[in-house]
Amino acid sequence: MLSHQEIYEVLVRLIGSFNKKGIAVTPDTSFANDLEFDSLTVMDLVAAIEDEFDITLPLNMLPDLETVGHVASAVEKILKDRANG
Amino acid sequence: MADLLAKFDSLIAERAALNATGLPDPFRVVMEKVVSPTEAIINGKHTILVGTYNYMGLTFHPEVVKAGQDALAEFGSGTTGSRVLNGTYAGHKALEQTLADFYGTQHAMVFSTGYQANLGMCSTLVGKGDYIVIDADSHASIYDGCMLGNADVVRFKHNSPEDLDKRLRRLPKEAGKLVVLEGVYSMLGDIARMKELVAVAKAHDATILDDEAHSMGFFGEKGRGVVEAAGVEDQVDFVVGTFSKSVGTIGGFVVSNHPKFDILRVVCRPYVFTASLPPSVVATARKAIELIAAQADRRKQLMDNSRALHTGLKEAGFQLGTKEAESAIIAVICPDQDTTVKLWATLLANGVYVNMARPPATPHGLYLIRMSLCAEHKPEQVKTIVERFAAAAGAAGYPLHQEFVNVPLTAA
Repeated sequence: MLSHQEIYEVLVRLIGSFNKKGIAVTPDTSFANDLEFDSLTVMDLVAAIEDEFDITLPLNMLPDLETVGHVASAVEKILKDRANG
Repeated sequence: MADLLAKFDSLIAERAALNATGLPDPFRVVMEKVVSPTEAIINGKHTILVGTYNYMGLTFHPEVVKAGQDALAEFGSGTTGSRVLNGTYAGHKALEQTLADFYGTQHAMVFSTGYQANLGMCSTLVGKGDYIVIDADSHASIYDGCMLGNADVVRFKHNSPEDLDKRLRRLPKEAGKLVVLEGVYSMLGDIARMKELVAVAKAHDATILDDEAHSMGFFGEKGRGVVEAAGVEDQVDFVVGTFSKSVGTIGGFVVSNHPKFDILRVVCRPYVFTASLPPSVVATARKAIELIAAQADRRKQLMDNSRALHTGLKEAGFQLGTKEAESAIIAVICPDQDTTVKLWATLLANGVYVNMARPPATPHGLYLIRMSLCAEHKPEQVKTIVERFAAAAGAAGYPLHQEFVNVPLTAA
């Protein structure tokens, strides 16, 4: 089971390939305001996250996931729920 | 008071900058007179239309016009009511029977627009705890239908059976699943790998909804769409379509053999909470569908026109959305917004109307000039369109004979 920090670090790596302006990423970094990702980029990032962790991250969850930290928590919860069956 | 429209300021500035160049606005074209399915007067100029989705060119067919006039005289200008209240006339029922006959299904249900048909089906078929699995390049009406509903939304890589399989595999076995496909994807004009996608969806026990908006009348022997041409109609649970393209008017529909189909008329909100189509529209739709079923030669002409335009533009050096003409939609890929607007404006100034498309409506953030052919286009018109494209390329600074976009556009 990956820790929150480990999940966060994987996310930072995945964000890297979409982060064309090279903006520094922290847990509080916002996808829309700081990284300036448009909706298409966000959806492509979601696909990358799903494939990396072998999970389903439904698009309808996205409005609640504003920052990198939010996504790390969401992925952590999905992995935990799966481990608990 | 906070200005609620302030969030659009950057877009307002972008459009103002575009207008300051003196070029006409691609999203504010006015058709002053429509001469025929393929010609109109725009800015006082006689213009060839090659961006109207009027695939079968039936909008001025004398029998269609007569049917509309008769219904207008007999039933009045509108129904002023919902299908479930006072808005179902004899014509609406007759049209649903015509659709069921055309598609060989037991049931058909007519919506007031194609947008509402997708909005209604995508939000109603699946609910909380279910999954709706959609192609990344799905039409806005499918995305919006997902937002209106309560199911979890999963997106798969455009036209990729492998990616669909991977994403379905991750879902709980017992959960309800709806896979949404489109026969023709309207931005680049590529067609679905229908047979493989349907096989994958069925292997995971998913229900399938297939939107055949851009194929009605000219794919498959009976004109039922890509799904018919692929030979998998019997495995698709719901087919959605529109009257605003091949049928030449407005409205949407869904056909199905599902035994409980009729309950949708009560629970599908975009069907219930809107007024039904006017009788004249219903009558023209019905007549047009009858003509489509009877006139197979129109299909051949449409595909011939599409191939001719694709070949002509390719030879002229334009980069296109598909390797060959897969449908009646041909997309020219442009390097950036500036070139796209200039190309579009030069074409319009020279009497050719095409569509412009830009992100986020387009896949891969592409800027596109899109065309949709009509069965009524004459070979000389197609030739003229290609000539005017070649002439406009210089004025627009379009990089002819260059591979400037290197993204995997179509999976097929």
